[in-house]
Amino acid sequence: MSEKEKIEEALKGWEAKVEKSLARFPERKSNFVTGSNAPVRRLYTPLDLEKRDTLESIGFPGEFPYTRGVQSTMYRGRFWTMRQYAGFASAEESNARYKFLLAQGQTGLSVAFDLPTQIGYDSDHALAAGEVGKVGVAIDSLEDMETLFGGIPLDKVSTSMTINAPASVLLAMYIAVAEKQDVPADKLDGTIQNDILKEYVARGTYIFPPAPSMRLITDIFAFCSKEVPNWNTISISGYHIREAGSTAIQEVAFTLADGIAYVEAAIKAGLDVDEFAPRLSFFFNAHNDLFEEVAKFRAARRVWAHIMKERFGAKNPKSWMLRFHTQTGGSTLTAQQPENNVVRVTIQALAAVLGGTQSLHTNSKDEALALPTEASVRIALRTQQILAYESGVAETPDPLAGSYYVESLTNSIEEGVLTYIKRIDDMGGAVKAIEQGYIQQEIQDSAYSWQMDVEKDERVVVGLNKFQVKEDPPKGLLRVDPAVGERQVAKLAALRARRDNAATTAALAALKAAAMGTDNLMPPILAAVKTYATLGEICDVLRSVFGEYRPSVMF
Amino acid sequence: MIDTLARRCLDGDPRAVARLISLLEDGDKDAFGTLAALLERMGQAQVIGITGPPGSGKSTLTDKLIGEFRARGKRVGVIAVDPSSPFSGGAILGDRLRMQGHATDPGVFIRSLASRGRLGGLSKATAFAVRALEAAGYDIVIIETVGVGQSEVDIVKVADTVVLVSVPGLGDDIQVIKAGIMEIGDIFVVNKSDRDGADRVVREIRAMLETQAMLRRGRSVSAGPDTLAARNAELLHHGQADFRPETLPARDFFDVPPVMKTIAETGEGVPELVGEILSRFAANRASGELEARRHASIKSQLKDLVGRQVMDYFVDREGDGQLESLARSVQARKIDIYSAARELFATLMQGE
Amino acid sequence: MERKIRVIVAKPGLDGHDRGAKVIARALRDAGMEVIYTGLRQTPEQIVQAAIQEDADVVALSILSGAHNHLFPRVVELLREKGADDILVFGGGVIPDEDIPFLKSKGIAEIFGPGTPTSATVDFIKTHLKRA
Repeated sequence: MSEKEKIEEALKGWEAKVEKSLARFPERKSNFVTGSNAPVRRLYTPLDLEKRDTLESIGFPGEFPYTRGVQSTMYRGRFWTMRQYAGFASAEESNARYKFLLAQGQTGLSVAFDLPTQIGYDSDHALAAGEVGKVGVAIDSLEDMETLFGGIPLDKVSTSMTINAPASVLLAMYIAVAEKQDVPADKLDGTIQNDILKEYVARGTYIFPPAPSMRLITDIFAFCSKEVPNWNTISISGYHIREAGSTAIQEVAFTLADGIAYVEAAIKAGLDVDEFAPRLSFFFNAHNDLFEEVAKFRAARRVWAHIMKERFGAKNPKSWMLRFHTQTGGSTLTAQQPENNVVRVTIQALAAVLGGTQSLHTNSKDEALALPTEASVRIALRTQQILAYESGVAETPDPLAGSYYVESLTNSIEEGVLTYIKRIDDMGGAVKAIEQGYIQQEIQDSAYSWQMDVEKDERVVVGLNKFQVKEDPPKGLLRVDPAVGERQVAKLAALRARRDNAATTAALAALKAAAMGTDNLMPPILAAVKTYATLGEICDVLRSVFGEYRPSVMF
Repeated sequence: MIDTLARRCLDGDPRAVARLISLLEDGDKDAFGTLAALLERMGQAQVIGITGPPGSGKSTLTDKLIGEFRARGKRVGVIAVDPSSPFSGGAILGDRLRMQGHATDPGVFIRSLASRGRLGGLSKATAFAVRALEAAGYDIVIIETVGVGQSEVDIVKVADTVVLVSVPGLGDDIQVIKAGIMEIGDIFVVNKSDRDGADRVVREIRAMLETQAMLRRGRSVSAGPDTLAARNAELLHHGQADFRPETLPARDFFDVPPVMKTIAETGEGVPELVGEILSRFAANRASGELEARRHASIKSQLKDLVGRQVMDYFVDREGDGQLESLARSVQARKIDIYSAARELFATLMQGE
Repeated sequence: MERKIRVIVAKPGLDGHDRGAKVIARALRDAGMEVIYTGLRQTPEQIVQAAIQEDADVVALSILSGAHNHLFPRVVELLREKGADDILVFGGGVIPDEDIPFLKSKGIAEIFGPGTPTSATVDFIKTHLKRA
């Protein structure tokens, strides 16, 4: 008998024994599933490893298909970047928080902008009322950007900016600030999220319709490949898709489908795939089911590597590598017994590290209710540091490889992802699928079914539907001073009075002409930004040419 | 209370209009009494039905139509009908979302209605809602609903003008051809006409309409000088035969409904569509066709309402036990079901 | 008489996270109510006009951006101006407990925080309807 046949026989014997014993020692429930409702079998064995060729499907870190990680030595070379998303109220207050975090050992900056900024409105716009500075920092012009990074050397830190529809404008402002620090653009290191497709589907901060949005995105790719070569021009995101309620498989599938759409758009715009693909990056979620999440990251790397090499014919190995940032899942945090969230975040961060993330944001315990205080964000950062320095999980790459369960999960997630990608391809791609509401419907259905599982107690959320306590409302939550809005409006008025309005007007007119044509929009945006044209003014010019997106909603 | 409600509705008070529509929808018997008060305005609005399959962009098109009518100084009421869940009886009414840009325009009134179990695409209350909006002074009332592919389509009973919307690439290029729907359209619109296949859909619809018209008249293709073939024969003779739809004579050749192209997203084709809707209406009013059509519509509604009253009679009387005992008799094979029904009806005829 | 409860589900302001609003809309539909979902980026004026034209019994506001103290009271204020204060108004989302007394004082009937089961919202509506 071969080794395989021996194991099969032994397994049958074991299963028979277990079946008999179930009468006396039943299992806890009849149905075991992962956090995404995928079935979990009674046992995983070496037979699960037999199904795929090890070298081909698992391989080595730093080698195609990168299942085990995109770098050969992974965290033995360098830890993941500890990058806590932060930003609120005014540029001054956010600047102080950044300096605090850098002093505490954070290794990269991550900027959160307020909703008016994300949607291309100035702080004095009617729709901005009540929103200024609430979910992030308010940036109306280059002046605010200069304050935000005052005293922070842009040649020494890398900055990730969570900005999508107006990403071109914020990137231009960052470049302009760096110039004032005498740091040339080709020394800049960072990322802009710049992923409009997921906005349509899960996050809602869109401005323009898909076609002109894709043009802006590919303009950024082209501009940066020459002028800002170390910049990650897009962070193709699954985080928000998962937060909107999708399963793990959907998170990867819809993200990679969006990625395919961006690559196709760039190629159609005349770029060579190896020119921009090395700078594509991704952004995933980390939820509570430890092994499913680890498998998810591994499957994502494998699928993307094949897509880039085989579907798009990329030649540069850097084009095949799926590099990603992870954020722990905000939607898993409870308002009830917030201390428990520290434990959840630890499990999620562990999953991300075991899954080989390049950078990580850990949520703070109070984030179900508000933006974090300094004290709670410090605990979140310490969580990463303890994992890095004390837990041993970073001492060798992909330590879970070879686990029967994890490899089996990796394979089944990969299968699920490929099925979805095929379906979306058949619809004509991600943009068409979004227009038809397909992706939105899938996400909504998963969200509803999860909620019903929780309400029927089929899924336990500790402290919420089990192990509840009577508790007092939490104290000491962060509050954003409502006067921030008023101060910002005053600043804007002063700016408009002070600046050379003739120059601003001329720059905006040049931008409009460029938008109506086919020139790359980054240079005219950069020029406009330097005249202290405001974000709202620049976006209004683009709105006048591109129109505004009207969502389709299905139930 | 009801009288003041009617009066406020006639004054155009949106709260009163909304309340009245709800009461009529709920079947409140007192509310029906207001219809007498609203009679003076009956027939003053042009009622336009917009129907088509899901995904054809009806709501976006309606949104643009509202804008165009408003630009021409008309006050617009909109009734958007969506299906109720057969399981829970509830509904999510999402058409309004596309028209929310007009939410704060006092010259526009948008009301969402759930079908509440009725199959023809409209709710029972739609006709009443039209009356309420008409009474409040809206010049145009648009009813927007999903086309249901049944020959029994309610919208033709309620609307003066029916616009059928289709769209390229939904799989079945001639979805509109489904059972009987082609019969009811006054104007055909191919929306999203920037997509591939739009011209083909236009051609196919035109061909179907012309064929239907021809068959209705009982003429064969080769007869008479005023037919398609004859014209082309003439052109052939002069070496100019040309079968492209654009070169054919205008639609009144066969008096078939027009087939128009729109791109609702950008508004392209919408002014032309509105122009066609308004001019058709004016022509029908002048020729007496409008009156004839409304007459047929009223008769149809009367039949429906009488049928409903008969059903209500039996629902109210279920406690009487006659229905129950007759059913048991049928089941026990003491009486056939047809005779049982006649007995029930006889009870009705004996009256109160 | 088949009386249905009509609910406006709206997201005021710029917040684009609609998972909760959509889940609530479905739950209310499954409980037999007619839900008018008005989508994202609604101004208080748009929400109130919709409530009036739709003859709504309830306005349910969802917000996660922290702008609730400004936007929620404005909705109630406008409803009052239009003589529609018999409409039940409540909210949900990311709203700190300490803001709840203020919101209630402004006429918001209840705030449903993260983790509230949809059944609680359904029950609340059924027991707190202001209109017959």
